Amino acid sequence: MSTADNQESRARGKAPAGERVADWADGRLGIYSLAKANMRKIFPDHWSFMLGEVCLYSFIIIILTGVYLTLFFHPSMNEVEYHGSYVPLQGQLMSEAFNSTLHISFDVRGGLLVRQIHHWSALIFLAGMFVHMMRVFFTGAFRKPREINWLFGFLLFVLGMFTGFTGYSLPDDLLSGTGVRFTEGAILSMPIVGTYISYFLFGGEFPGHDFVARFYSIHILLLPGIMLGLVVGHLILVFYHKHTQFAGPGKTEKNVVGMPLLPVYMAKAGGFFFLVFGAIAVIAAIAQINPIWAMGPYRPDQVSTGAQPDWYMGFAEGLVRYMPGWEINFWGHTLVLGVFIPLVLFGVVLGAIAVYPFIESWVTGDKSEHHILDRPRNAPTRTGFGVAWITVYMVGLVGGGNDLWATHFHLSINAVTWFVRISFFVGPVVAFIATKRICLGLQRRDHEKVLHGRETGIIKRLPHGEFIEVHEPLSQEQLHTLTAHQQYAPAEIGPTVDENGVERKVKGSEKLRVKLSNAYYGEDNQIQKPTVDEYKEITSGHGHH
Amino acid sequence: MSSQDIPEENLPAEQDHAHGAVTVADEENPFADPGLPPHEHRIQDIDEQAARRSERAVALLFTLSMLATVGFIVSYVAIPHDKSIFVFPIGHISALNFALGLTLGTALFCIGAGAVHWARTLMSDVEVPAERHPIEAPAEVRAQVHADFRQGAKESALGRRKLIRNTMLGALTLVPLSGVMLLRDLGPLPGTSLRHTLWAKGKRLVNMNTNQPLRPEDVAVGSLTFAKPDGLEEKSEDFQNEIAKAALMIVRLQPGNIKDKRELDWAHEGIVAFSKICTHVGCPISLYEQQTHHVLCPCHQSTFDLSDGARVIFGPAGHALPQLRIGVDSEGYLQALGDFEEPVGPAFWERG
Amino acid sequence: MKKLSVRRRHPLAAVVVLLLALAATGGLYAAFAPASKAQADETAQSLTIKEGKKLYEVGCASCHGTGGQGSSDGPSLVGVGAAAVDFQVATGRMPAATSQGPQVVKKKNIYTQAQIDQLAAYIASLGAGPNVPTEQQYGPEGADIAKGGELFRTNCAQCHNFTGKGGALTKGKFAPTLEGVAPKHIYEAMQTGPQNMPSFPDTTLSEKNKKDIIAYLHAVNGSDTENPGGMELGGLGPVSEGLFAWIFGLGVLIAVAVWVAARTAKAKKS
Repeated sequence: MSTADNQESRARGKAPAGERVADWADGRLGIYSLAKANMRKIFPDHWSFMLGEVCLYSFIIIILTGVYLTLFFHPSMNEVEYHGSYVPLQGQLMSEAFNSTLHISFDVRGGLLVRQIHHWSALIFLAGMFVHMMRVFFTGAFRKPREINWLFGFLLFVLGMFTGFTGYSLPDDLLSGTGVRFTEGAILSMPIVGTYISYFLFGGEFPGHDFVARFYSIHILLLPGIMLGLVVGHLILVFYHKHTQFAGPGKTEKNVVGMPLLPVYMAKAGGFFFLVFGAIAVIAAIAQINPIWAMGPYRPDQVSTGAQPDWYMGFAEGLVRYMPGWEINFWGHTLVLGVFIPLVLFGVVLGAIAVYPFIESWVTGDKSEHHILDRPRNAPTRTGFGVAWITVYMVGLVGGGNDLWATHFHLSINAVTWFVRISFFVGPVVAFIATKRICLGLQRRDHEKVLHGRETGIIKRLPHGEFIEVHEPLSQEQLHTLTAHQQYAPAEIGPTVDENGVERKVKGSEKLRVKLSNAYYGEDNQIQKPTVDEYKEITSGHGHH
Repeated sequence: MSSQDIPEENLPAEQDHAHGAVTVADEENPFADPGLPPHEHRIQDIDEQAARRSERAVALLFTLSMLATVGFIVSYVAIPHDKSIFVFPIGHISALNFALGLTLGTALFCIGAGAVHWARTLMSDVEVPAERHPIEAPAEVRAQVHADFRQGAKESALGRRKLIRNTMLGALTLVPLSGVMLLRDLGPLPGTSLRHTLWAKGKRLVNMNTNQPLRPEDVAVGSLTFAKPDGLEEKSEDFQNEIAKAALMIVRLQPGNIKDKRELDWAHEGIVAFSKICTHVGCPISLYEQQTHHVLCPCHQSTFDLSDGARVIFGPAGHALPQLRIGVDSEGYLQALGDFEEPVGPAFWERG
Repeated sequence: MKKLSVRRRHPLAAVVVLLLALAATGGLYAAFAPASKAQADETAQSLTIKEGKKLYEVGCASCHGTGGQGSSDGPSLVGVGAAAVDFQVATGRMPAATSQGPQVVKKKNIYTQAQIDQLAAYIASLGAGPNVPTEQQYGPEGADIAKGGELFRTNCAQCHNFTGKGGALTKGKFAPTLEGVAPKHIYEAMQTGPQNMPSFPDTTLSEKNKKDIIAYLHAVNGSDTENPGGMELGGLGPVSEGLFAWIFGLGVLIAVAVWVAARTAKAKKS
């Protein structure tokens, strides 16, 4: 060992303990190069950028509370007699799953709280993902290079729905059992394979003795495992791509402006976890969720009115409720369209939003990276499509609660159902057109603002008696922010004759693309933003108006 | 497509990105990016008093959190798990759940609030730009990777030795089939089990409520009764599976009100027995309106007319509720005259 | 839907209801005022029936016919029994307004219990039917709450919801909430099957069964029922829970996020 080495190790010996531990770890894990890239990573500040964090944190809360619940829950369908502390169920026959959930709720101290935190977090997790996804959609954050991360997020949303559904079914109460029965009916409706899948899933006839145990491993292991992987991938990509930002002074496609991870975002994001957890804990203290004791144990011959799934399945429930009862019998077989069409539609509606980024990039033909977010108004067709999609989703939710709409607003359930049936077709179209018009109107207003300045509301009377409103010219920051967005020109079909005079065939897909491109960026579908010349002409020509 | 080029005049003005750089307004382009605005100080940055106030607020929040955790532990130990309290406007609730939730929530929330307040008021709030680098690799890296891959592929000789390639693909394709095979024993094959229920000729209809066999005179016009087959007890091994198919809904109509001829034939003195399981997706349908003779499903609102062969008059169900043919045995009890003639419950592919 | 709500919200609707109510009360008052005088010379029973008949002729006959035989406006009351009268009149459903939408709803009762008993005695005299239950029949003593729960889920929950919050039926009809309904009236409703509710006669749902159901309802939907987890949110299940999660759950978290991400106030430029 050389002297130099000795000196160095002695110097290290005097370094603070934390540094020595870090050095030790770096020698084995190479953490310093990782930290170099990430410790002072910049994140922009905007409340809507924290929606994803709401999802991440509620996911972590769900895992923490879920692990606790597994310590007490018995995923078994063996019938037992109840002898716990809830009087109105004394001596009733019920599955061990239901019995142990009652035990958690009434006899484990804090068990009810953890159960309620788990369930409330699940509802908030899904709601958060929905809103986060819409934020990403309406600001165009799904564009290159983030398409894959969009798909990761979408998969998380869909898997979250099914994880939620399997978890909701575990207590084996009358409400969730009714939901499982519905699932069985939906599976049976699948042509050719339906009956077999149902028998394999339930271990024979419904309800059988197996589904709680099977749903349990799906709910606590299979789906959350996949989701955890996707969440990690989602986060790595967020770090790798760096966060998007809204247009503004100093913000370009080539930079990201904000504050560093250490210390500001460490404190803000870390603190936000505790804020989310704390808020949900308080909600679990004051609002009751899924009181399975009031619903009673599942029996296939009992039911309660108001049989609905948790909100995230409400849209599927709605599709099933307002579908007419079509059934076709042929050659000894039955095609249960009344159930199967909603099942397919469920996938189609969700799939439509998932593939949208790829459709849009095909229409624009844009291959460049986008890190500056769009304001929804500056992408009227996309915004219109998004609102139309939400409308379909909301119509489904209304349909899924049609009985409660009927009782609470003194309407006829048949009328509500018919209203929903019509809205399913009319609603999205109206929403699309209205949204697009609003967007164009807002674009026009921006146009005005850039050219003529902000309306101050001050009315001035000129010497010759004319009244005018004083317009205050915008600052350069504002001018830049309002004109920073990029506008596409509609695509055209290229020359049909090449340089050698040989005619080429125009493919159908190309024609379609041009048509769509015109629908997106054609003359009436976006307002050309003001040019420098226009601005100069107005500001210098007439003087300030 | 013209598209992706950002119009020249809107490209950011060349500027020093250093923080606070004030660029002179571009005379040529009024829309040019003026660069990051200069940083403005917060009160806490210039006034040590204010900073100390913030420090105290953060410390107070952290202290509150500690107190709340102590409160949590005290509540856990001190409050009996079955104690009920009335809290306005929530109602009668479990004291333990309320106390634990509030203390835990406060403990967590105060940590978060403290950390965020600290970050917002005392940590540097200077906005700094970080450069982005294109995600795509530079051309030479790209070329290198392609070349390396081609080299590797060539060395493996996979392209040349087709026999290896094809048999390997074959093996890899087949091997997952073992996994699929292993799923076979998840459940039995359906066979005809969906077509049969416990009902058979001579089975008495037993009242769900009293567990006694029903007599025709027990069933009044306008009443609603649920029945199960004789011999099926709640403690039976297969009670859940059997009741899921055999549950029966019994109503009595004035024979003159029955519009469907087969329904009348299969009834006994106006007493009709229909499957309680909805033909849509299997909810126990039983919202019987005795004046209209309609029965509504609480799950998806399929509506059936019990005076007309239980045909569907609204909603997503695809076919009528199956009817059980009933009569009276020698001792005067209602009995089934056979099983249902068609499968009960939701439709399926093999139903026909 | 529209027709219904339009009619109900017609500006004259309230006036019509008011006039009807005034006419009914005024008429009744005129009929009752001299009622207490002539009790002495007849047996109590027949006198009660006679008084009941008078009340009937004023308040009920226009729809149910002069002898209770029914008309196009109201069903026959022969054989419905005293229990039906007690339920319908004491919950204010009868006498009904002439146009009442899809179903007759509960409203303020305008008769005294003595008058209701007289009416009930008169209707019972027209044909045998279920009697008004006694406290012993519907009271909580000796009831098996858990059995009542099972019976409730088999027979009642499909329309009235798990804990009796009510639910929708076809074409604007609904099963009303059972909250705050007197045990006696619940018992009578099961016995007699008012309006579209099917009846659950003693032959298929025994007296003991009914007692159990009432005891269960009291346990899960009484005024001092405990909801251990906190606010009941209407007891309607996942729909109200979902709304709450969106509005208060996500709403609060977004408000917090706005605070976390907002710029800290800057010192004023001096």
